Amino acid sequence: MADSQPVRIPVNSIKTLPKLAGTIVLVGPPNAGKSTLFNQLTGLRQKTANYPGVTVEKKQGRLRAGNVLLDAIDLPGIYSLSPASLDERIAVDVLLGRQHATQRPDGILAVLDATRIQQGLYLLRQLLDLQLPLVVALTMTDASQRRGLRLDIPALAERLGVPVVPVVATTGENLEQLRSALAEIPHTPTSQRSHSWPALQAAARAVLAKAPPRTSISQVEIERALIDQHSSLAVELAASLGQSAVTELATQSQQLFAAAPALATEARYGHGWARDQLQGLTGDSGFVSTIWNRMLTFAQQPVPAMLLFFVVMFMVFQAVFAWATPLMDGIDYVMSGLGQWVQSLLPAGLVSSLIVDGIIAGVGSVIIFLPQIMILFLFIIMLEDSGYLARSAFLMDRAMRALGMSGQSVIPLVASFACAVPAIMSTRVIATPRERLATILATPFITCSARLPVYALLIGAFVPATPYGGFNLQGMVLFGLYLLGIFGAGITALIVNKLLSRGEHTSFVMSLPDFRVPNIRTVLMQLLDRVRVFLRRAGRVIFVVTVIVWALAYFPRSEPAAIQTASDSSVAETRQNEQAAAQLENSFLGRAGKFVEPVFKPLGWDWKVSSAVIAGFPAREIMVAVLGTIYAVGDQADEQTLAQRLTESTWPDGRTVFTLPMVLGLLVFYALCLQCVATIAVMRRETNGWRWPVIAWVYMTSLGYLSALLIFQLFS
Amino acid sequence: MTLAELRTGERAEITSINTHDPTVLRLMVLGLVEGVSVVQGKSALGGDPLEVHVAGCALSIRREQARCFEIKQ
Ligand SMILES: Nc1nc2c(ncn2[C@@H]2O[C@H](COP(=O)(O)OP(=O)(O)OP(=O)(O)O)[C@@H](O)[C@H]2O)c(=O)[nH]1
Ligand SMILES: [Mg+2]
Repeated sequence: MADSQPVRIPVNSIKTLPKLAGTIVLVGPPNAGKSTLFNQLTGLRQKTANYPGVTVEKKQGRLRAGNVLLDAIDLPGIYSLSPASLDERIAVDVLLGRQHATQRPDGILAVLDATRIQQGLYLLRQLLDLQLPLVVALTMTDASQRRGLRLDIPALAERLGVPVVPVVATTGENLEQLRSALAEIPHTPTSQRSHSWPALQAAARAVLAKAPPRTSISQVEIERALIDQHSSLAVELAASLGQSAVTELATQSQQLFAAAPALATEARYGHGWARDQLQGLTGDSGFVSTIWNRMLTFAQQPVPAMLLFFVVMFMVFQAVFAWATPLMDGIDYVMSGLGQWVQSLLPAGLVSSLIVDGIIAGVGSVIIFLPQIMILFLFIIMLEDSGYLARSAFLMDRAMRALGMSGQSVIPLVASFACAVPAIMSTRVIATPRERLATILATPFITCSARLPVYALLIGAFVPATPYGGFNLQGMVLFGLYLLGIFGAGITALIVNKLLSRGEHTSFVMSLPDFRVPNIRTVLMQLLDRVRVFLRRAGRVIFVVTVIVWALAYFPRSEPAAIQTASDSSVAETRQNEQAAAQLENSFLGRAGKFVEPVFKPLGWDWKVSSAVIAGFPAREIMVAVLGTIYAVGDQADEQTLAQRLTESTWPDGRTVFTLPMVLGLLVFYALCLQCVATIAVMRRETNGWRWPVIAWVYMTSLGYLSALLIFQLFS
Repeated sequence: MTLAELRTGERAEITSINTHDPTVLRLMVLGLVEGVSVVQGKSALGGDPLEVHVAGCALSIRREQARCFEIKQ
């Protein structure tokens, strides 16, 4: 989007029309509250959560500061300008102006966590080196107050020579003051480098002197290359620096860092500097110990944390069936009422069938699962925002290591209970390439929310709701399918590890956030966002596929033989049903389905199920919509639910299609198969090629097919 | 004595660091440098990884790397 495009702003909110005055970037350590602040300032809704590594790519927005507008870029968190993983590299590249398609920023909004101020200052020293106008926003000031931490903010601002604004990013407290500080950015002269490391600066200048004249390479870039000579930045610079400058760089680095690795020397220097800045300005007025705090501390301990995790997880699966049912019945009632209302308005025929059998039966059969999906999302969001997820990464590290991953992999794996696509993106924080690949390939096995409608439909229709020792059997089967997904993920990671391991160094370093009561606003906002995504999918992809499938199932039309006006209405109804079924068999879809039926017949699937599964390859929940449409077209009795129609579905010779072995096979097929175009696309992007997505697809599809075959053949 | 031997709840000061392990460099960037005082938290089941508190923040660190930090109490 062009920068000069006018932005629509309510006329009465500001007097003069603001103009765009530059680009600022939000930079800070992971989990400092950058995205929360970004959302407050821009009014956007980027994902926020209480673990490091939530944001893994740059996000753009626009904010008002005083009477100017600024473009704002939210970045992944970094601890220093020497990136250790892909997400950090993106942040550093944007900062140094090395990202193509993003211009060099005009100013920096440094977002530092008040409870971890020393870590923040360590980064700040390097940011000040960039010689850009800079404003510090000190977040988590509410949390630091609760902890009894004291900090003399005006004195710190004085020492640093930049504005320091204390805020609470979650509530938006003190935001106006921050905005007015930001408004000064376009008028601020670039800062002097009073905090740099003199020896390093001198070395960088010596290298630049040997570089080709009029080079666009900045002194800061040379400094970073001096500190980490093997970084990708150093390698890229070497290409454009010229031979004599590269030699000089090696010599200077040797002189500066002969005794110890450069990063270690910098760490010692930088933390010494940060401590000096804080000297005499911090204090501790005593930890405020409340019952709540003590409970949180208790819950963070390994054994209680593990127990709590399993109890909560088990409850969720119970809730998915028990609590969601009334809501689902409500939606179902509205849907079928809608269908009958449309039928009463329109004459029977093409249009009525499109709306009732196509759209309402198809899209409706997916929307009905919204309550269950919301319960699942609510659980995941609470897990993320309470800090529990980061804690489980810590607790699971050892177990994950045995599988060729690390504790860091827990975060993407849990995220894929919602959807594998963002989960695969979040593997960027994993520094070891092999561990990252293992996690990417394991992720699609985890039961995502698109599988839930399929599971819920089949379990709801074919597993009895008998209580076993107080637990619902349906909930237990669902739980078993989730475990199967976890098992598949683990085995896959193990295989990748066995095949690719070359004994390289692996690591797990993470900063662990405190437990926190999830922020209601965050939770609701994110839940609504997920609901919106779900409904948008239902309204677009699923809608389109459903209409196409309906058309394929409805045409070609043969002239219905005039139905004899039989005195017995049930006879007439049976005849109508027979006719509808025959019509469906002869439709385009019926013929195509019959064509592929032999492939799936060994699994016990008839042509209807086979067509629905094939239609579901772009996205899993489409299968439910397509089943909804096919059975609605082939049936005249409209008051039946999809589950009832499935139960009554038979082979031509009268045997039931949905026998228990067939249903179990179908469920396992869905647990193991990779039916998601979006996942394949993101895999291709994150692994830079088609190789891994193709391998993953073939592997998972054959695994699903063979397992379903085995189950059906063994138990039939 | 190394950081790996520090017991839960005990406080110590880092005296020297073996920087041959690349992950140790990362930990130094996060604040584990000579002269800082650390407090040991609860370790995960099986005693690995450890939770170490330094300058207001909790770090997860594996036993393997904890051995690279010499401490005095
Ligand atoms: N109490 C309190 N919580 C905050 C504040 N700012 C952010 N949070 C919470 O801190 C957590 C992290 O916030 P994010 O905005 O995701 O942090 P981030 O810096 O974008 O993190 P990454 O993207 O991982 O680098 C979330 O749970 C927020 O709700 C604050 O000022 N006070
Ligand atoms: Mg973020």
